[in-house]
Amino acid sequence: MTDATEMTLEEREATLGGIGCARKRKEDIRFIQGKGNYVDDIELPGQVFGDFVRSPYAHARVKSIDTAAAKAVPGVLAVLTAEDLKPLNLHWMPTLAGDTQAVLADQKVHFQNQEVAFVIGEDRYAVSDGIQAVEVDYEDLPVLVDPKQALAEDAPVLREDVEDKDNVGQGVRKHPNHIFAWEAGDRDETDKAFAGAAVTVKEEIFYQRVHPCPLEPCGCVASMDPVRGELTLYGTFQAPHVVRTVVSLIAGLPEHKIRVIAPDIGGGFGNKVGAYPGYVCATVGTIVLGRPVKWVEGRIDNLSTTAFARDYHMTGELAADSNGRIAAIRVHVLADHGAFNAHAQPSKWPAGLFSIVTGSYDIPSAHIAVDGVYTNKAPGGVAYRCSFRVTEASYLIERMIDVLAQKVGLDKAEVRLRNFVTPEQFPYTSCLDWEYDSGDYHTALNKVLEAVDYQGLLAEQAEKRKRGELMGIGLATFTEIVGAGPSRNCDILGIGMFDSCEIRIHPTGSAIARLGTKSQGQGHETTYAQILATELGIPSDDITVEEGDTDTAPYGLGTYGSRSTPVAGAAAAQAARKIKAKAQKIAAHMLEVGEKDLEWEVDRFKVKGLPEKTATMKEIAFAAYQNLPEGLEPGLEAVNYYDPPNFTYPFGAYLCVVDVDRLTGEVKVRRFYALDDCGTRINPMVIEGQVHGGLTEAFAIAMGQELTFDETGNIQGASFMDYFLPTAVETPVWETDFTVTPSPHHPIGAKGVGESPNVGGVSAFSNAVVDAFAHLGVSHMPMPHTPWRVWKQCQALGIGE
Amino acid sequence: MIPGAFEYHRPASVDEAIALLSRHGDEGRVIAGGHSLVPMMKLRLAEPGHLIDLQGLDSLRGIQQAGRCIEIGAMTTQQEVAASELLAEVCPILREAALLIADPQVRYCGTLGGNVANGDPGNDMPAVMQCLDASFVLRGPKGEREVPARNFYEAAYFTARAEDELLTAVSLPIPPAGHGYAYEKLKRKVGDYATAAAAVVLIMNGGTCESASIALTNVGQTPLFAEAAGQTLVGTKVDEAAVAMAVEAAKGIAEPVADMRGPEEYRTHVTGVMVRRAVERALARAQA
Repeated sequence: MTDATEMTLEEREATLGGIGCARKRKEDIRFIQGKGNYVDDIELPGQVFGDFVRSPYAHARVKSIDTAAAKAVPGVLAVLTAEDLKPLNLHWMPTLAGDTQAVLADQKVHFQNQEVAFVIGEDRYAVSDGIQAVEVDYEDLPVLVDPKQALAEDAPVLREDVEDKDNVGQGVRKHPNHIFAWEAGDRDETDKAFAGAAVTVKEEIFYQRVHPCPLEPCGCVASMDPVRGELTLYGTFQAPHVVRTVVSLIAGLPEHKIRVIAPDIGGGFGNKVGAYPGYVCATVGTIVLGRPVKWVEGRIDNLSTTAFARDYHMTGELAADSNGRIAAIRVHVLADHGAFNAHAQPSKWPAGLFSIVTGSYDIPSAHIAVDGVYTNKAPGGVAYRCSFRVTEASYLIERMIDVLAQKVGLDKAEVRLRNFVTPEQFPYTSCLDWEYDSGDYHTALNKVLEAVDYQGLLAEQAEKRKRGELMGIGLATFTEIVGAGPSRNCDILGIGMFDSCEIRIHPTGSAIARLGTKSQGQGHETTYAQILATELGIPSDDITVEEGDTDTAPYGLGTYGSRSTPVAGAAAAQAARKIKAKAQKIAAHMLEVGEKDLEWEVDRFKVKGLPEKTATMKEIAFAAYQNLPEGLEPGLEAVNYYDPPNFTYPFGAYLCVVDVDRLTGEVKVRRFYALDDCGTRINPMVIEGQVHGGLTEAFAIAMGQELTFDETGNIQGASFMDYFLPTAVETPVWETDFTVTPSPHHPIGAKGVGESPNVGGVSAFSNAVVDAFAHLGVSHMPMPHTPWRVWKQCQALGIGE
Repeated sequence: MIPGAFEYHRPASVDEAIALLSRHGDEGRVIAGGHSLVPMMKLRLAEPGHLIDLQGLDSLRGIQQAGRCIEIGAMTTQQEVAASELLAEVCPILREAALLIADPQVRYCGTLGGNVANGDPGNDMPAVMQCLDASFVLRGPKGEREVPARNFYEAAYFTARAEDELLTAVSLPIPPAGHGYAYEKLKRKVGDYATAAAAVVLIMNGGTCESASIALTNVGQTPLFAEAAGQTLVGTKVDEAAVAMAVEAAKGIAEPVADMRGPEEYRTHVTGVMVRRAVERALARAQA
């Protein structure tokens, strides 16, 4: 065989567009031309529309629902209430956390804008008029919006349906409004460390309720084929295969009669992991009417009813010696889960992976306790661009280490360097039992300090402070835990959190790969193709990547928690290696040598010692369909289900510089330097895009996002008028950098990066704002750092006028 | 987020528009750029039975100088206000304020007339017009009248315009050459209404303030003409003591409500900060 192209080795490598190549994203060709295909673009013959009557009350008894006038509205086809769903046993649905959630309010409403009735009509206009015509008689009840008050002895009981249960899926309850108590670590040892410590610090740290707020809200189109008895469900699903299983379990339809398709998705950030009443109602609607039913929520619906994130009331404590060396950490969390426990965590982890709270630091003892409670707020508790509850944990430790530095009078960089896990300690097992795969925290932080001239910034800050100006320098040196996960630790509904890839090589040497994950904008079509290009020696341009159709893609647990590259990316590499192993057999046959006589080079097998005798992958692909060795079956396909041996632990060092206007409370981010280590870098441009997006969301959370409630449970600010979605004008300029510490257990050493910038970013912004006031004795300020809150701090210090 | 049913009208002349308004009474609503009305309709907070679209009325567009006055047609967009060379030369505060309204997409649709006629205390141009002592030209079945901007606003969404009248133009006296001006607006992000904003026009003569006009946005039910605040500057060098008095006078009339932008106390405080900064910037721009 001869090399027809006579390219150099470097040229052949470049042609592949494989790992390490900063190529443009394949999917953007359709996105930037407006040719994406989202759920609301789907129009099926005979399709009708459905939407909800929602409760104006946060807590009320539903005394009666009169649907007669609504049914008389021209174009309205049906109005569903809990009474209609009861015979199907679909008026309640199981949540991912072992609780149940009302699909349509059954006797009571538990949060404002809760779904009360579902109106189906010929078009959105008829449905909207129908919604106005439904008459609901409510009797309002006392409202609980404060989780602390929810546990008071005489607090009103919110969930009468589970009042007598001593367990709602995640452990023993101690109060009718209590959901679970969860602990980790060694209480006695931790108490002992605190008792003997030279220095202790304690801070109340609230991570406010926020919402992932993807640009595209949630929605679906349910279509029942009554003749074949087959249901097709199109939807904004981050985990389409899990949705199929859940639908089968809830609706009692056999799983092979259900096809779930997630088309293009306009952002998810955790908001599109769970199951929502709209999916159930649209499905019931199509079964009842025999016509496809579309449900797409509006912005206010999205912000006020579909899954929120955070809402963690944390009390953090550190014990240390006088040199700032940490001996122990103690944390208590009051977790506000809203009206139904519908958070999305691996089943065994009611507080997700919160026990990563020791962060990048070698802390000998820890004890953490988390209590989940019900309140009259929307259910949820998803990871908003972070792995399960990791951003809450990271925020806690990154704030607390600053509080400690201040107390012992050490520089915040120095106290971090003194406490970091050292490179030789990896693989490092934390006192809360996580085995960190790899890391080099000192190098990362020192690189950042040097890049920004940290000493120079400190000198400038000292000068400014003399003049009464407020300048803050914030650090975050975070460790993430992503890639959920090993099935011994992680499952959802009893299904291990593996992921999968199936590859088929076509005779002419191009390929299709299907995976169990689902891109929502992350660029999977580009990234996976690059992994496969390097592994298979086929140009990434010749590889189609498909996800999201449960009829064609192998079963997988979906995309969230930065798990796609660590888990499905590994499956892709492993499946490719199976193909390569078969290809080697075929190449040996083609070249009439033994398999062991061959070696791999970029895109071909070469006979050792005879470099001109080669078989390219393209040639092997063709041979796989016509020129096979005796006994080898034709074709070139492979599938791999990858159960990761461990999580991956990306990390980073971020530095933020802010200037505060003490008269208006405005905080201006002057500089933000973000160094990320996500192990092997597959596409540096995709990584940079992920980092920019994650930092922008972190900026939004730290500086403005919050969902608050008045005392009667009315949600405040649930529209873009108030909910802070920064534009390019508000967003700071990002400087990015990296180090590369590959994961030793991942087939290509990659760790995942989508969420790191949000996890580290929030702390860096917040630490910078607090640091601007640190010389005045301030140790903590509540997020978000909106101008009025920052001004209140100035005013309290007597510098606001 | 779906409006209720309505009849749509697109009159070809101002007279036809006024006739439609007269015919439909409180069921009729005029729509210009739609950036205030359409969101209200989508939330069904406004459910007009008849929508009278002014987009066909070219006679209501344009910016002209008439002697010592500028006349701006009601359907002139914010973008046209911001881009006008004439306004930049003779009344540049209008460009400064227009560029602080929303974002370019909105400014290409949103109109000056809609902004001042709607009576939304969050709109920016009403305070600017009060500051400039502009008048609004109203035409109804009984003819035309002019109402000073300083007397136009009665309460949130309530104005001196009668139901059957159409606001056709804004007329403003050209401020003297060399006047100082500034519009200071504190907002959370692009597209937001002001947490507080202040419009200031100063005329200085030999280092002494000859005239000062101050008006406030979104810190009350209506835009607020801070007459006393302006008066405290007249006859002074606009020194620290005078500015402090003006700031206190402006804060004294501010009655903001607590919202997601902040509590009353904060919004009152930043009203003062905006007034101070606007006065300082206007002074720096004024030719003594």
